[in-house]
Amino acid sequence: MKHLLNTLFLTRDDLQLVKDGQSLLVKQGNEVLLRKPVHMLGGVISLGRSYITPQAMAFCAENDVALSLLSPNGRFLAQVRGPVSGNVLLRRAQFRLADDDKAANNIAQAVVAAKLVNCRGLLRRAARDQTLEADAEALALAADRLAQVLRRLEGAQSLEETRGLEGEGAAAYFGVFGRLISAQGDGFAFNGRNRRPPRDAVNALLSFAYTLLAHDISGACQAVGLDPQVGFLHRDRPGRPSLALDLMEEMRPMMVDRLVLNLINLRQVRAKGFAIEPAGGVRMDDDTRKGLLVAYQERKQKEIHHPVLDEKIPLGLLPHVQAMLLARHIRGDLPGYPAHFHKF
Amino acid sequence: MMILVCYDVETVSPGGQRRLRRVARHCMNYGERVQNSVFECLLDPAQWVRFKAKLEGEADLQRDSLRYYFLGANWRRRVEHVGAKPVLDPDAPLVL
Repeated sequence: MKHLLNTLFLTRDDLQLVKDGQSLLVKQGNEVLLRKPVHMLGGVISLGRSYITPQAMAFCAENDVALSLLSPNGRFLAQVRGPVSGNVLLRRAQFRLADDDKAANNIAQAVVAAKLVNCRGLLRRAARDQTLEADAEALALAADRLAQVLRRLEGAQSLEETRGLEGEGAAAYFGVFGRLISAQGDGFAFNGRNRRPPRDAVNALLSFAYTLLAHDISGACQAVGLDPQVGFLHRDRPGRPSLALDLMEEMRPMMVDRLVLNLINLRQVRAKGFAIEPAGGVRMDDDTRKGLLVAYQERKQKEIHHPVLDEKIPLGLLPHVQAMLLARHIRGDLPGYPAHFHKF
Repeated sequence: MMILVCYDVETVSPGGQRRLRRVARHCMNYGERVQNSVFECLLDPAQWVRFKAKLEGEADLQRDSLRYYFLGANWRRRVEHVGAKPVLDPDAPLVL
């Protein structure tokens, strides 16, 4: 089994990333802050204006270290990739499947089904712990709605229908998501999902963490030889990692939503760490952002039991495992794509 | 698996300085320096074979000594550190 590799985050503006032998060095001026042999890194995410030498970029590309550049708010800017490698035959098969509406719908359905089940699992788990009667009721109601959508999904004949049901499920889920936050009154009110820019602290946390997850999944797709830009559920659009977004649907609840809820409910982030910008968007301060990055990395080390592999894996390897299973399906080794149904 | 690599390179003999430098360089490419000539290396078996070949190609085995300690996958409970130079956990979040 693949080892869960670490991700290096550069959050400051005055850092330099350079190559030295087979290691990556992070320097500040002439001082070496960190030296990491490249085989221990799975990715580098730069969130500021750090200086990355061309040699370091090439070195990352050569060694399959996914290098992503994000804005300080977590908006995706660019990714450095090496020459297209992997299996052409696999990629061609992926494109053919993506063009075949029926086959694409099968994969999309599997992904959406897992998403609905996982969202429902998170809600039901929270409903059990909920002390307020009204909240528990609303959560149970939303869980039922998700179950209904799930039943209708089985009969979905076209991609359009699947996409519609996905949206319906997401609306039901985010309609009650705010009730999972026990610190609503302390500046963490949540009135539905919004983005670009996120208009409240909860949305800011979610958006940021989804970007991190997209980076990880996109890297995993490339590692197994799939093209992260050609998706099934999400339509192709220049620059959009549609396939990564497809796979992300099923992983959001356990890899991000749960994490964000924990951070807020366990008071690990504070409302004063968020500032409203003139344009109406909400921005995190450096400490809050760092806290989120650390929490995300730690979350990835949590072990889960993967039902298809029947093996214990760290949660952070899930993108890799799912990408591998999808590749097997595309190659024709598996009759369907086994999306991940999480046990909360 | 975690492998602890220690070396003594005789620097008084001719070429000693050069061997020391090059052995240290290989170690830095594969592991983390925990003391001056002690490295903790988290490797898979294939990487270990490559690393070992490089080390032994560099050292003069008549004069220098290399020691490997195999700590396996459950190495965490076999390592304890006290004193200066706290060592980073290789899996700890890297946020700079």
